[in-house]
Amino acid sequence: MKSQLNVSSVVAALVVAGLVLLPVYSNLTGNIFILTLFTRIVILALSAVSLNLIMGYGGMMSFGHAAYLGIGGYAVGILAQEGIGSGWAQFAVAIAVSALYALVIGALSLRTRGVYFIMITLAFAQMAYYVASGLARYGGDDGLTVYKRSDFGGPINLGNRVQFYYLCLFCLLAVVALVWRIVNSRFGLVLQGLRSNEQRMQAIGFPSKRYKLACFVIAGMLCGLSGALLANNTDFVSPAVMYWTRSGDLMVMVILGGMGTLMGPVVGSVVFLVLEEVLSQLTEYWALIMGPLLLLIVLFGRGGIMGMLGRLNRG
Amino acid sequence: MLLVVEQFLNGLQFGLLLFLLAAGLTLVFGIMDLVNLAHGSLYMMGAYFAATFVAWTGSFVLGGVMALGATLLLGIVLEFTALRHLYGRDHLDHVLATFGLILFFNEAVRLIWGPAGLALPLPSWLAFPVTILPGIQYPAYRLAIIVVALLVALLLYLGVMRTRIGMLIRAGASNREMIGALGINIKLLYTLVFGLGAALAGLAGLMQAPILTVQIGMGENILILAFVVIVIGGIGSIRGAFIAAIMIGLIDTMGRAFLPNLLRQVLNSASASTAAPALSSMLIYLLMAIVLVARPEGLFPANRR
Repeated sequence: MKSQLNVSSVVAALVVAGLVLLPVYSNLTGNIFILTLFTRIVILALSAVSLNLIMGYGGMMSFGHAAYLGIGGYAVGILAQEGIGSGWAQFAVAIAVSALYALVIGALSLRTRGVYFIMITLAFAQMAYYVASGLARYGGDDGLTVYKRSDFGGPINLGNRVQFYYLCLFCLLAVVALVWRIVNSRFGLVLQGLRSNEQRMQAIGFPSKRYKLACFVIAGMLCGLSGALLANNTDFVSPAVMYWTRSGDLMVMVILGGMGTLMGPVVGSVVFLVLEEVLSQLTEYWALIMGPLLLLIVLFGRGGIMGMLGRLNRG
Repeated sequence: MLLVVEQFLNGLQFGLLLFLLAAGLTLVFGIMDLVNLAHGSLYMMGAYFAATFVAWTGSFVLGGVMALGATLLLGIVLEFTALRHLYGRDHLDHVLATFGLILFFNEAVRLIWGPAGLALPLPSWLAFPVTILPGIQYPAYRLAIIVVALLVALLLYLGVMRTRIGMLIRAGASNREMIGALGINIKLLYTLVFGLGAALAGLAGLMQAPILTVQIGMGENILILAFVVIVIGGIGSIRGAFIAAIMIGLIDTMGRAFLPNLLRQVLNSASASTAAPALSSMLIYLLMAIVLVARPEGLFPANRR
């Protein structure tokens, strides 16, 4: 592929550079809050990237992606409470359970399409939400405090803010790289073919459902990882992380940044969450500005931020 | 027996309220192909308008009628300024834009009415129990909800099935391009349908207001239920919405009432009382998943191709 310097890749590179240098800034100014904020942003960007894999490249509009955040988080929280503090075990369980959940609900949900797919993924996520609310042993509605962060042994210490931030950023960049590899592989090309015209791909002889399911499971595992990180970041996990508005937030981040672009979800998450933070400091009624802003972005900014930047490049 | 009848009526009442919401949602969805997450906000606005106007006028009926008019107007303004530009766009754009509208409405309500909820007192002329069967009493207000909602459902049925506008609405639900090509003023029809949906949502909100607290976010939970209803019923189908709404209302209410006791016979009482609320909240989603797996287009799909 011919590489060219265009506005959107410059912006993406700047965002990554900013994320890498952030702890330096935080260290120089002594502003710890910004590091905490951006740890959360990086983790949620990771889940947005995973959502973009199924939504942007696979054409599967999942409205229940936050369920994996909860599954990953509860894997960490429950194992920690039961005395298994090893991060390797916790993260492996988080990813494995997410994969299993994705496999089951994917196999059922992929029977439907369009709006029905949106709604059935939502229904499953709501079920997961209520299951978590019913876990009386693990806090039920009130959630579960994670008293000890995942222990990876050796020099890795999640209790160290800067180290934890870099670990999350490393995971994010690794996942972006993985998505890039997937999208440009034969598997990814088939997937994008399915998004454009499923019937035609079936006619050529591709088992469409199997490809889509595999993609759905991969995205679920990646988001499970992000959920495990999120629980470590907040030292807390509750059913609220799976609530449908959280799935909505994730969708907004993806669409805002630019669906079906590699770095779009990362840019979208940074913009959405920073905007939320800035507006909420500006005024108590930040959503009064945020809501119409989203509407305007949909009405006038097709393709999200990356789409707009791409047009800037051409026009 | 007493409990069964009472819970059955509660379920019916809840189902009918869901129908009022779902009818508007399914029409907007079926005809304009618009996923309107902000429908729950209109329900909330209906309740807030009612609480305000009733307190202002001192009459439940007068305040209710004013609230209904206000929601209708709000719906039309909303369609005219924002949602009209979303027709024909991707469903995802709808989700994002109307998600933004939810944020806006919740915040606007907080700004205008404050973060604390409002209470709308029961109208005194309906605040008495009615003996429906020997030995079984039921609040008159809830009975009134059932009657009003059934009447509205009947009117809606007659309106959609027997009038010219209803014919156009049905035609729009099954083939949008075609009725535009036949020279129907589609824009006007769209605004009308959206206003009607908003008014129905407002009616549901204002009738529910005396039973629940009027509060921010009250629209979101019930919105998801309304979506479940229209997906089970089949998008665009009023009849499907009616049947599914009653079904959901009954299952949800009866599940909440009787599941704890049923579970207690299987499990020990401690784990039963913790598992039951979660399980009964799950029931309807389970039903929806089963329906979609068995019939991916819902029970009564409106536009068969």
